[in-house]
Amino acid sequence: MAYLGRRRLGAIAGQGGTILVTLFGLLILTFVIGRVMPVDPVRAMVGEDATREVYEHVYQQLGFDRPMWQQFLYYLKDVATFNFGTSIRTGKPVLEDILYVLPATIELATFAILIGATLGVSMGVLAAVNKDRWPDHVVRVLSLAGHSMPIFWTGMIALLIFYAHFGWVGGSGRMDQFYIGLVPEQTGFLLIDSAMAGEWEIFRSAVNHIILPAALLGYSSSAYITRMTRSFMLDQINQEYITTARVKGLSNRQTIWRHAFGNIRVQLVTIVALAYGALLEGAVLIETVFAWPGFGQYLTSNLLIGDMNAVMTCVLIVGVIFITLNLLSDLLYRVFDPRTR
Amino acid sequence: MTMTDASQRPARETVKRVPQSLIALRNILTFLLKSPTSAFGLLVLAVLLSGAALAPLLATHDPYAQDLQSALQAPSMAHFFGTDELGRDIYSRILYGSRITLTFITLVSVIVGPIGLLVGTVAGYFGGRIDTVLMRITDIFLSFPSLILSLAFVAALGPSLNNAIIAISLTAWPPIARLARAETLTFRSADYIAAARLQGASSGRIIWRSIVPMCLPSVLIRLTLNMATVILTAAGLGFLGLGAQPPLPEWGAMIATGRRYMIDSWWTVTFPGLAILCVSLAFNLLGDGLRDALDPKQMNRR
Repeated sequence: MAYLGRRRLGAIAGQGGTILVTLFGLLILTFVIGRVMPVDPVRAMVGEDATREVYEHVYQQLGFDRPMWQQFLYYLKDVATFNFGTSIRTGKPVLEDILYVLPATIELATFAILIGATLGVSMGVLAAVNKDRWPDHVVRVLSLAGHSMPIFWTGMIALLIFYAHFGWVGGSGRMDQFYIGLVPEQTGFLLIDSAMAGEWEIFRSAVNHIILPAALLGYSSSAYITRMTRSFMLDQINQEYITTARVKGLSNRQTIWRHAFGNIRVQLVTIVALAYGALLEGAVLIETVFAWPGFGQYLTSNLLIGDMNAVMTCVLIVGVIFITLNLLSDLLYRVFDPRTR
Repeated sequence: MTMTDASQRPARETVKRVPQSLIALRNILTFLLKSPTSAFGLLVLAVLLSGAALAPLLATHDPYAQDLQSALQAPSMAHFFGTDELGRDIYSRILYGSRITLTFITLVSVIVGPIGLLVGTVAGYFGGRIDTVLMRITDIFLSFPSLILSLAFVAALGPSLNNAIIAISLTAWPPIARLARAETLTFRSADYIAAARLQGASSGRIIWRSIVPMCLPSVLIRLTLNMATVILTAAGLGFLGLGAQPPLPEWGAMIATGRRYMIDSWWTVTFPGLAILCVSLAFNLLGDGLRDALDPKQMNRR
């Protein structure tokens, strides 16, 4: 870390300050949204038949008689101590619930980003190299289509075609019904757990089930990656060192992949990090369609019954994940791009 | 002679200015029509607009009329896109649903445009601490994926069409504000702003009369670009049961109810989804074309 100049340290400190302010704003936002809800949290806890005394007691216990700023301080204290309350639906602490469902979503999203990044980067390079020729137009329409599709609908149509009609892939859920509960849970990531237990049948079933939702999510996120790759590549291709490389007699493939692509790798990493965060959004919808027992399904099923503790914690966690990914992509850029040193 | 000249000049100038903006519009349109993808986008939007306007004439059935005798019928000449589980004609429902989609994007744009313009121009014009505070708030809203934030708002406000519109508007203004601020920063130190200030114009007047009109074109284009996202988010909310409520023929909600019957009756989900895909693709293609049409670098090259 010795090469970190003072200016860089200052920039990173400024970054840290910004993050703290954003985080604080995030908490205000979730607090306010939690306040304006029409559901009466006290009524939800004590039930419809509770007497006035019981209601008053719980009302005071939850601190609703205090001024707003005090309530906000209590909220901050709860968040700082990771006390997010209990879910009305499951009766368990919300955080425990979320940590239980999160691996399923991370597994899906990681699989999806691998597909999306491979697809997006190769399509972007292809389009840039063939600018204004037919591959460029095909890639443009393909990626815009991925960006335009309502992913919940594409999910259903894909299920109809590849599962119901052809039977090529598994249907909904993470694995076939009769395998559920057979693998000892160690990491929560089914692919890793089943491989560690040596249950290759279950592993195959899991791959069969993850491939379709992951491919759809990946395709939808590849639109952004393709667009950015194409414009980064175009910036490079128009520069003089590329001409030099060509004049030197390097093959086209070497010029494109070794020289031009080598220079956009850092930018691409930051783009992929941001796309990974955006995947979470699609995951909420695709998990509903594929009955994927993950974070998105947890969020939507709690939304529909008005379990606000769970919902607001989910929103907070998504916000934190987003901020972290933004910070991460920024740091990656700073560390790996020589120009920012 | 000189008198008439002086009195005619302003009149002639206004006459000259109107056609010029029309010429610009015509240039953009011809540019868009030259590329097949943008032309497709324009065509779909024309179909959407006329479908919504002429829905009562084009519809073959009442979109709400139930007929359990003919429930879940496959597409035929009597029912172009088949019927749903209550025997309602899907073609007519999609036609009337286009009105909901149009209402959605119009209202969201009408709410989001002014909010974004206000925040962006004020932040950009005043700068300093006001700018920092407003941009921090914008960043906080930007740090969420828009669907998740709309979900949270709808959960708080209660599911309905109006609340979905409010929720999406609350999440869609930050990019507009960013854009308006960036535009304002480029005009802020221009001579004509300094002139207005020296004449004693108040800050509010300068922003309203001199800065907002300059930001308007790019903000309008950005709003068009955003419409595809708005349509997809609206459909997503409808699909999750948090947007328009049944029996409204909203496309996302139609897919949600059709989902139960889709294995045996594929048409219940296929056609509403195709409608969403076409409209959002049309907006994206059009936005893509607009970006090229208004990019000076591209214009020179072609």
